[in-house]
Amino acid sequence: MLKRPNTLKNSEQELRIFRVRALIAILVVLLLACLLTSRLVYLQIVQHDLYSTRSENNRVRVEPLPPNRGLIYDRNGVLLAENRPTYNLTLVRERVDNLDETLALLVDLLELPEEEIEAFNVRSRQRQRPYQPALLTSDLSEEQIARLAVNRHRLPGVEVEAQPLRFYPNAEIMAHALGYVGRINAEEMETLDAGRYAGTHFIGKTGIERFYEEELHGQAGLRKVETNARGRVLRELGRTDPVPGENLTLTLDKSLQMLAYELLDGRRGSIVAIAPATGEILAMVSTPGFDSNQFVTGIDVASYRALQEDLDLPLFNRAIRGHYPPGSTIKPFLALAGLSEGVITPDSTINDPGYYQLPNDTRRYRNWLRWGHGRVDLERALAVSNNTYFYTLAHDLGIDSLHDRMSNFGFGQRVAYDVQGESGALMPSRDWKRGRFNQPWYPGETLSVGIGQGYWQVTPLQLASATATLANRGHWVRPRLARKIGDTPVPQDLPGTLDDITLANDSWWDRVFSGMEKVLSGSEGTARRTGVGLEYRMGGKSGTAQVFSLGQDQRYNADELAERLRDHALFVGFAPLDDPQIAVSVIVENAGGGSTHAAHLARAMTDAWLLEDDAPDVEEVREALADDNANVEGN
Amino acid sequence: MPWHFITRSMRGYPVRPPDSGISRRKSIWERIHLDPWLLGLLLVLMGGGLVVLYSASGQSIDSVIAQGVRFCLALTVMVIIAQFSPSTFLRWAPLGYGVGVAMLLAVDLVGDVGMGAKRWLEIPGVIRFQPSEMMKLAAPLMVAAYLNRCELPPRLRDIIVCGVIIGVPVVLTAIQPDLGTSLLVASAALIVVLLAGLSWRLIGFITALGAAGVPVLWANMHNYQRQRVLTFLNPESDPLGSGWNIIQSTTAIGSGGVWGKGWLQGTQSQLEFLPERHTDFIIAVLGEEFGLVGMLVLLCLYLLIVSRGLWMATSAQDTFGRLVAGSIILTFFIYVFVNMGMVSGILPVVGVPLPLVSYGGTSSVTLLAGFGILMSIHAHRRLLSR
Repeated sequence: MLKRPNTLKNSEQELRIFRVRALIAILVVLLLACLLTSRLVYLQIVQHDLYSTRSENNRVRVEPLPPNRGLIYDRNGVLLAENRPTYNLTLVRERVDNLDETLALLVDLLELPEEEIEAFNVRSRQRQRPYQPALLTSDLSEEQIARLAVNRHRLPGVEVEAQPLRFYPNAEIMAHALGYVGRINAEEMETLDAGRYAGTHFIGKTGIERFYEEELHGQAGLRKVETNARGRVLRELGRTDPVPGENLTLTLDKSLQMLAYELLDGRRGSIVAIAPATGEILAMVSTPGFDSNQFVTGIDVASYRALQEDLDLPLFNRAIRGHYPPGSTIKPFLALAGLSEGVITPDSTINDPGYYQLPNDTRRYRNWLRWGHGRVDLERALAVSNNTYFYTLAHDLGIDSLHDRMSNFGFGQRVAYDVQGESGALMPSRDWKRGRFNQPWYPGETLSVGIGQGYWQVTPLQLASATATLANRGHWVRPRLARKIGDTPVPQDLPGTLDDITLANDSWWDRVFSGMEKVLSGSEGTARRTGVGLEYRMGGKSGTAQVFSLGQDQRYNADELAERLRDHALFVGFAPLDDPQIAVSVIVENAGGGSTHAAHLARAMTDAWLLEDDAPDVEEVREALADDNANVEGN
Repeated sequence: MPWHFITRSMRGYPVRPPDSGISRRKSIWERIHLDPWLLGLLLVLMGGGLVVLYSASGQSIDSVIAQGVRFCLALTVMVIIAQFSPSTFLRWAPLGYGVGVAMLLAVDLVGDVGMGAKRWLEIPGVIRFQPSEMMKLAAPLMVAAYLNRCELPPRLRDIIVCGVIIGVPVVLTAIQPDLGTSLLVASAALIVVLLAGLSWRLIGFITALGAAGVPVLWANMHNYQRQRVLTFLNPESDPLGSGWNIIQSTTAIGSGGVWGKGWLQGTQSQLEFLPERHTDFIIAVLGEEFGLVGMLVLLCLYLLIVSRGLWMATSAQDTFGRLVAGSIILTFFIYVFVNMGMVSGILPVVGVPLPLVSYGGTSSVTLLAGFGILMSIHAHRRLLSR
């Protein structure tokens, strides 16, 4: 602390000094104020004419030069998203004399729908940088451009700008996998780097377009131009060229994708195919699809409502967001868990009387074959999809180790690297149930989970990914959609990869594979009709997901149920068995038993990928499906 | 608190009987330790500033609201600070100075690099803080506290000590590098020494030394700083680069004429040629839209604030209070002069905001904190005189 000496004499002297200094200070302040005033008088009176002329004649404007968006190709170089040259109508509000009048005139001239104007008004009410051209409507016709040219003098501030517009040649087939771009909305405007997006009107909204927005967009350039008082460009003063976005090469195969789309034949469903060695997603289809080109220029209200209200949910990406009980498709994974935990051996058997009973419980958990399969070992349990075997297995494993083992296959989590909006679905556990329902886990629930029912939910992508891991004998690769960004390949060791799954005995993989092969090729296999005439070795597993639970002793009769309450058909498979090139998951909603419908589609996919000359004919597959639907059997 | 204080006299003579009821009712401003005149002028200035900001920000009501919120915050800080007595500031001056210097050191060692300069200290997710800003108050307070112990006018030994007190933060700020702030910290503290009665002979000597130091300074400047000075000397040499702002701001002001083009009507300022038109260059918008009249009204407002402030400083009753108050108000004017000078092209561009008009929160808080100290010194003067 500082002491304050306080002699009277000093104080008076100090006050005197201060007063003199303060007086000098105020004089200096006034002097400087006079200096400023004289400068202002000089600028604003003496030189006023000079600066007025300069301000009138030499307005300098910075015009953004938006970059071209990168193109998107499939793995063979087929163009999936391109840029079509189009003309946009933009408006600089600050240069328009009367906005309402101008808009009315434009509506008149161009026969614009009212919605366009409304949408524009909504957009222009948002905060915006001054002197930024705002997009009024895109994709002008030649006639519209001609009319604008004639009326140009009546429309100050309105400009036609040439800008490439995104176009998707195979929109319906690719919509869910690629995603689409759309007009930048107010919310996005807030968070975007205004400099980078100056002059850009479109941004990736979903899918690949959104995930790789950064790479696809590129860098805006700008030019400084001198304009006259009316805003007409007199000359260019300087220019920085835009840097176009990177082209993207995807892992998708357009023809395989197309086949998958046709196979699903307008039904609600999804097919995902993955190359097990690399994790490359070869096909990812969700049906029904929709025309994503509509969204680029702004979809009209009626069409959007129609899409939204469609009971088949065409806008919903089932491949990555659809939650389905996996049904019996998870039995191979469960078998592996049982083997590695030592709960079963490849040769251990159970006797199946047609149901399973928990100790001290009267409730019967039924096999799909009411009278039972008798003595069942691992391979047969897989081939005939025996429920009793897996009830026993699940009960012996217990939910905790079941949950942990299944999580290692990627169930219950987002698995892919660059799939925007992927859902992790649900791998239930004790903790989850406590958190969700505040209830303990009951042993009966473990049994449901053991046959892929109950709380367990998967996405088709998850199922395909897990199948790929299985085909790899436990080696985990992360599914991804991008192969190359520009000329740079997407690295193999992607972040967030799960640990590989190792078994104590490597031959156990062969036993599980053998069981899966018997699903298609065995005399009792649930998908044996699909396996007829296979030219390579294929492993698979069918599944049926119940849309609602059957009561005790209630019998299933598809005909009595509304179509939408019928079981979902599922199938996972991979081929060839000894050197897997493709892993597929198929889900067809409400198609009944998976052994028939989904299995045929999966086989058609593997045929298409493996047999170069003998590509499957979609019509033949459809005929086979029709035949099979006559005699539905089991799981 | 006993009520027998003395009112309305610089010399401290009682004007009314100590327990007069009238006196008590009249003292509402004194009870909340604020000066109504100064407060009124500041509010007028800030209100006008918001009007100009609306135009300068491209009619963004969001910016105006954000700025209004900052003003309220800064005013709150001012009112709180005004409640402390000057002896508190005297007592805490060394600590504040020490902490400030420590933080400046920390900035130079671990600070956050923004725009090519380390100016910020950041506790991630908690606060982002510019210690040099705090030094604008801490340094003059420390110098005043030191000189308060000495006999005035100060002797050479005291002046050397003051030089060290001033030099440390100035150098630490200059190497961030933030030449603008370091010069403001230096002038705020130097004004204290000047007001304390630094002899004219010494002032002459230091000025000569400073002139001799110009080449040294030039040699140690960063390229962008040199560029600014060169551009200032000849703006036309780089019309698209650093000369851009000066050419465009003088054009904006000049084209405004006597009466201006009208609010929101400034063609120059509404164009996007001035990258900093709502911060450091906001006065160009005022000059274009409100003309010479608007500029002079603003200048008069600033002069009224400075006059009131200087009067308050003169009426302070001890050396510490006088020196601090004088420094705060004169530094305020330096801001005004440097900003208006640089925008109108008579000073190089050094990035100083226009007090209480430019968009931005940090400077408003520092400035109003300063006014809080000023008001405290004024409002507490009678209690001190007992």
